[in-house]
Amino acid sequence: MEKKNGKRKIYMVIMRGLMGILFIMSYVLVKGIPNITWDLLSTTPSYIDGSIGILPDILNTIYIIIAALAIVIPLGAGAAVYLTEYAGNKKIVSVIEYAAETLSGIPSIIYGLVGMLFFCQFLNMQTSLLAGALTLVIMNLPTVMRTTQESLKTVPQSYREGAFGLGAGKWRMIRTVVLPGCIDGIITGCILSVGRILGESAALLFTAGVAHALNGFFEGLNSSGATLTVALYFYAKERGEFGVAFAIAAILMVLTLLVNLLAMLVGESFKRRRNT
Amino acid sequence: MKNKKQVFETVIHGIFLILGLITVGSVLLITVYLIISGIPAIREIGLVHFLFGKTWASTAATPSFGILPFILTSVYGTAGAILLGVPIGFLTAVYLAKLAPPKMKKIVSAAVSLLAGIPSVVYGLVGMLVLIPGIRALFHIPDGASLLAAIIVLAIMILPSIINVSITALEAVPKEYEDASLALGATPIETYFRVSVPAAKSGIAAAVVLGVGRAIGEAMAVMMVAGNASNMPSLFQSVRFLTTAVASEMSYSSGLQQQALFSIALVLFLFIMLINAILNFFLKRSKEE
Repeated sequence: MEKKNGKRKIYMVIMRGLMGILFIMSYVLVKGIPNITWDLLSTTPSYIDGSIGILPDILNTIYIIIAALAIVIPLGAGAAVYLTEYAGNKKIVSVIEYAAETLSGIPSIIYGLVGMLFFCQFLNMQTSLLAGALTLVIMNLPTVMRTTQESLKTVPQSYREGAFGLGAGKWRMIRTVVLPGCIDGIITGCILSVGRILGESAALLFTAGVAHALNGFFEGLNSSGATLTVALYFYAKERGEFGVAFAIAAILMVLTLLVNLLAMLVGESFKRRRNT
Repeated sequence: MKNKKQVFETVIHGIFLILGLITVGSVLLITVYLIISGIPAIREIGLVHFLFGKTWASTAATPSFGILPFILTSVYGTAGAILLGVPIGFLTAVYLAKLAPPKMKKIVSAAVSLLAGIPSVVYGLVGMLVLIPGIRALFHIPDGASLLAAIIVLAIMILPSIINVSITALEAVPKEYEDASLALGATPIETYFRVSVPAAKSGIAAAVVLGVGRAIGEAMAVMMVAGNASNMPSLFQSVRFLTTAVASEMSYSSGLQQQALFSIALVLFLFIMLINAILNFFLKRSKEE
């Protein structure tokens, strides 16, 4: 009897939680999707017509993702290679790992502040997408490092010894044996980072700014621009344009869903490949 | 020839070492920048006045910079979110780790990771349009943007961290413990709550501390629902957290006001560092167990 009651109570709590998630999702989608029009997606905001378009924000998001990933992948993967292949000194390893843990615990508003002080002011980049992307690089470094490290651990030690036995130098061994083995981890790290960048707003508010101008890639990197999340905040809080805000929210929800799905599928297929 | 190769290998080693040290450099950069930019305002205002002053009027004719309301709001808000979020997260974790059929587990886990991926501004938006009017109507107060709204939003936002870390801890409990308890005649529910949970207590504590860290560091969602007036914390009043204090004035601040904002960030950073240290303590103990 006690067992049944306990179980039912737990079920109830879980169900309520699930309903909550479903509620948030469906509420956002129901309120957002009717507001997504072709005009919204394909124009820039215009004060003359009083119309709002989010094309610049979409492009800014894509630019910042490309720029951040292009920098964070070599850095994160390189750090992981150092930790698993080179580092002989246990102390350095624990210092680096402790630093990575610390980084993943720092709230994004602090990244935003330091990014503003260091990249925008000290390095004189002004408020620009590049400064935002560099801030995101520091934020996502631990993620890429960890996923790469994990996949490097699955490269069998015998492969490395084999390469050495055939006369390869250390770099050649890493290039031909280790790096191909960490592709899985890098891809997983990319997907996780994209998810995090899509959702990031506090770190970008002061580094990448809130402009809505339509730019090309390189021009865009040097000028201020809002990503989708920042635009959502701006339209909801500063302008009270809830229709547009919900449209962006719905787009973000769908993208988040896709990113999650992709991460799950990729993870499963990697696991299967490793087992065969 | 051999020598050339050795030089080449050393250079490559050096490059990788530098890549590895970038994380350490970033942590140092953040720490040093926050300390350097945070200290001047504290010096000028006075540490006691700054930390325990009850009024924040940064743009007044005779400005006063007391951040006690922000500190207390952050503490109360986080405590509230933990009180609401931990029981739900904990029970969900027990259910998922021990009771759920595999299919159910897969669905709920996917939902949890989706919850973790939803951008914080989306939580803020839903909070603005659902929670705030709801609280206003339910409690008959003029404005629903309040500490309560922030607590509810934070409680939902910290669920995924609490659930995921607790599950990992619960799944690491040796099967023999549970088998022994079941063999002694305890029901599964008794076993899970009196054997598995105590055995995983360090991991679960780590989950709670992680939740504290997430809640205290969240800025955007809170900024959208908490109202942002620098009142002393009270459940139904508009309040300002440490994070939102920085975020809401940064764009137009200058001089001492801006320096004071950096000092607030420094205080927040110290809180986070303390929480990280506690988190590491529990994680380490959980690994040893």
